[in-house]
Amino acid sequence: MLAYILRRLLYAIPILIGVNLLTFALFFVVNTPDDMARLQLGAKHVTPEAIARWKVEHGYDKPLLLNAQATGSARFTDTIFFRHSASMFAFKFGKGDDGRDIANEIRTRMGPSLAIALPVFVIGLMANITFALLMVFFRSTYLDLWGVVLCVVLMSISGLFYIIAGQYFIAKLWNLLPISGYAGGIDGFKFILLPVLVSVAAGLGSGARWYRTIFLEEIGKDYVRTARAKGLSEARVLFRHVLKNGMIPILTGAVVVLPLLFMGSLITESFFGIPGLGSYTIDAIQAQDFAVVRAMVFLGSFLYIAGLILTDISYSWVDPRVRLQ
Amino acid sequence: MSLGAFKVLPVILWTDALIFALLAAVLALVWFIRRQPHLRAPWAAVARRPMAMGAALVLAVFVTIGLLDSLHYRERLSDSPPDRPQYSVEVLSAFDALVGKLRTQQEKTYSAPLAMQLYAKEFIERGGATVRAYPRLKYGGAQLKQADARVPDLVRRVILGLAQGLAASLLLFGLLAAWQTRHRGMAFGEWLSVWGTGRLGWPGRTVVLTLALMLMLGTATFHLAAAYHVFGTDKVGQDVLYIALKSIRTGLVIGTLTTLVTLPLAIVLGIAAGYFRGWVDDVIQYAYTVLNSIPGVLLIAASVLIVQVAIEAHPELFDTAAARADIRLLALCLIMGVTSWTGLARLLRGESLKLRTLDYVEAARAFGVSHARIISRHIFPNVFHLVLISIVLDFSGLVLAEAVLSYVGVGVDPSMYSWGNMINGARLELAREPVVWWQLGAAFAFMFTLVLAANLFADGVRDAFDPRTGGRR
Repeated sequence: MLAYILRRLLYAIPILIGVNLLTFALFFVVNTPDDMARLQLGAKHVTPEAIARWKVEHGYDKPLLLNAQATGSARFTDTIFFRHSASMFAFKFGKGDDGRDIANEIRTRMGPSLAIALPVFVIGLMANITFALLMVFFRSTYLDLWGVVLCVVLMSISGLFYIIAGQYFIAKLWNLLPISGYAGGIDGFKFILLPVLVSVAAGLGSGARWYRTIFLEEIGKDYVRTARAKGLSEARVLFRHVLKNGMIPILTGAVVVLPLLFMGSLITESFFGIPGLGSYTIDAIQAQDFAVVRAMVFLGSFLYIAGLILTDISYSWVDPRVRLQ
Repeated sequence: MSLGAFKVLPVILWTDALIFALLAAVLALVWFIRRQPHLRAPWAAVARRPMAMGAALVLAVFVTIGLLDSLHYRERLSDSPPDRPQYSVEVLSAFDALVGKLRTQQEKTYSAPLAMQLYAKEFIERGGATVRAYPRLKYGGAQLKQADARVPDLVRRVILGLAQGLAASLLLFGLLAAWQTRHRGMAFGEWLSVWGTGRLGWPGRTVVLTLALMLMLGTATFHLAAAYHVFGTDKVGQDVLYIALKSIRTGLVIGTLTTLVTLPLAIVLGIAAGYFRGWVDDVIQYAYTVLNSIPGVLLIAASVLIVQVAIEAHPELFDTAAARADIRLLALCLIMGVTSWTGLARLLRGESLKLRTLDYVEAARAFGVSHARIISRHIFPNVFHLVLISIVLDFSGLVLAEAVLSYVGVGVDPSMYSWGNMINGARLELAREPVVWWQLGAAFAFMFTLVLAANLFADGVRDAFDPRTGGRR
């Protein structure tokens, strides 16, 4: 088991290096620091001096990969690649265009992101599974048919609609909850409720339909027939046998997104004014703050790979056959 | 080239060329499939599903509008000399020519759906005195003298439209019945009962009802739009129905061209990884794990920002604003395609891994058949259903993604008509008093109709082609 985990961890390193090289190529080679400066300064103020000043201010005045003027190891370390890309492996993200420390921002914004994403994840999972089990219980009846149609209708509605409609009706028209904002502690509860509700509703259609197919696949297997042949009731078969075995693909599918919960949801956070990592990323994209976007790309990939490794481990834990391969 | 008689200069944008190339490819594929019984069978199964056929009809309407909107041209300026013609910088389409007044009848600012007044009061001269009142619209309901004549006029138009639509539907139904009774050698009454009980062998009831519903909706809208703004007007007074209809093309382009970019990458790399295994597999798996591990929105955002910089650096390449917006749309499709091939590639890899160990593939290899031939004759035809299912399933997701990307600010060009831009431009108007809801409503309604139709059709295709789901829904 330990060797297996170690192997998975080692496999993550080349992928992170790949992500790092790709973002470096995207942000510095295809799109040179000069282009960035021009975009940031706007059309009116572009002079060679202004560009040079901007580059010095942001630390982009170094050569890309190899500093020929420096000596010793500084030939490699005094470059844009080493300072802005390779340094991310040590979680040194530098400063954003607004002068704030990115790592510090990430630390303070993680909490609000999790405060939304974690309830959405847990409640959403439970709601989806409940809805899916109901449909499976009433399978090949009109209830199931209309349940599936409802799922398709729900997933055909744009996610933006759920947010805008939720904010308009629940918050503005009926005044039940605040329209947006955030507060820590107990006071924050009323701010969290609406975004969580909206996100769960937005994910219900596709989620429930997906879990329904998993359960239906499980219900066609031999052990289910055996259980029925033993004379167990349909409800018992469903909850004792099918649910338990169906949980394996569900849990392993869910584990992969667990670490990514830290990143929050871009759109939800931005609409509800939650000071999390998602809204931080959107603001950075809209302000074209490349340093922050780069940091978020690296963080996102790091968390995704962590999720992959967790999935592998959890999978080998619930299904011992995997370890032997 | 210029079509002198029409006084227009045809304009072929990049996406237009690709759309019509795609259309030609689809028609060629249809022709090919019709001649192969084993390929025709699953499509016949799709055609037997009522939901799928109803959805297909709705999709066909959207596609027709999108295709009409892809025939672009520039009008000749009336004061330019005939021997040295000059053309307007505005790029129009065959669709614009068809809807005519819808495009040009521009009001001053917001007005509610079917209104005859602006939405807010203004100071206007009336009988020598300045009063604060709702000013009349320039076009919407301009034929009416009194404000209280509006509702009867609306009712009259709706009834007229519905009646015409119903009449046209009945005529079509009559033609269908005439053809079918001749074709099947049945009496009319007999055929009617077969049709009514849904025993035609194809979903006749759904097809007829969907067509009738769309015809009636279309004619009613036509009569209303002739004198009113059916979905109101936006901030600059542009008809919202027109904007929503123009956005259809953008949605379709994103949904289809992105897949067109995805397919070659996913098919070649996915099958190669599964078939050759070894280091080829390692390299391809590494590539897609790296791409996959970067959060999609961020990768798209980074790439779009870069394209934006490139477009702004070379303004001389684009002679019209439409050409510029078009390149950005194409770039968006490319970027989304390059970032989203991984899912299908992984599926194809897994399937090819399984297929390569099957007896007939081993036999082919033992006979010394080349790799290229084994892949094209044995592997690819057996994974094609996965490709097809993923095309139709991805379509709706891509249409929805456009709206989100436009909100983030990395979607299509802000000057382009798209549902994402409509939503983005109007979402703050809900805070206004009185509420301006019609722009959002129209964008969501159109997007919902297209995506729902695509989803229902995709379900039909998946059920017919996926051997695993079999008859199960």
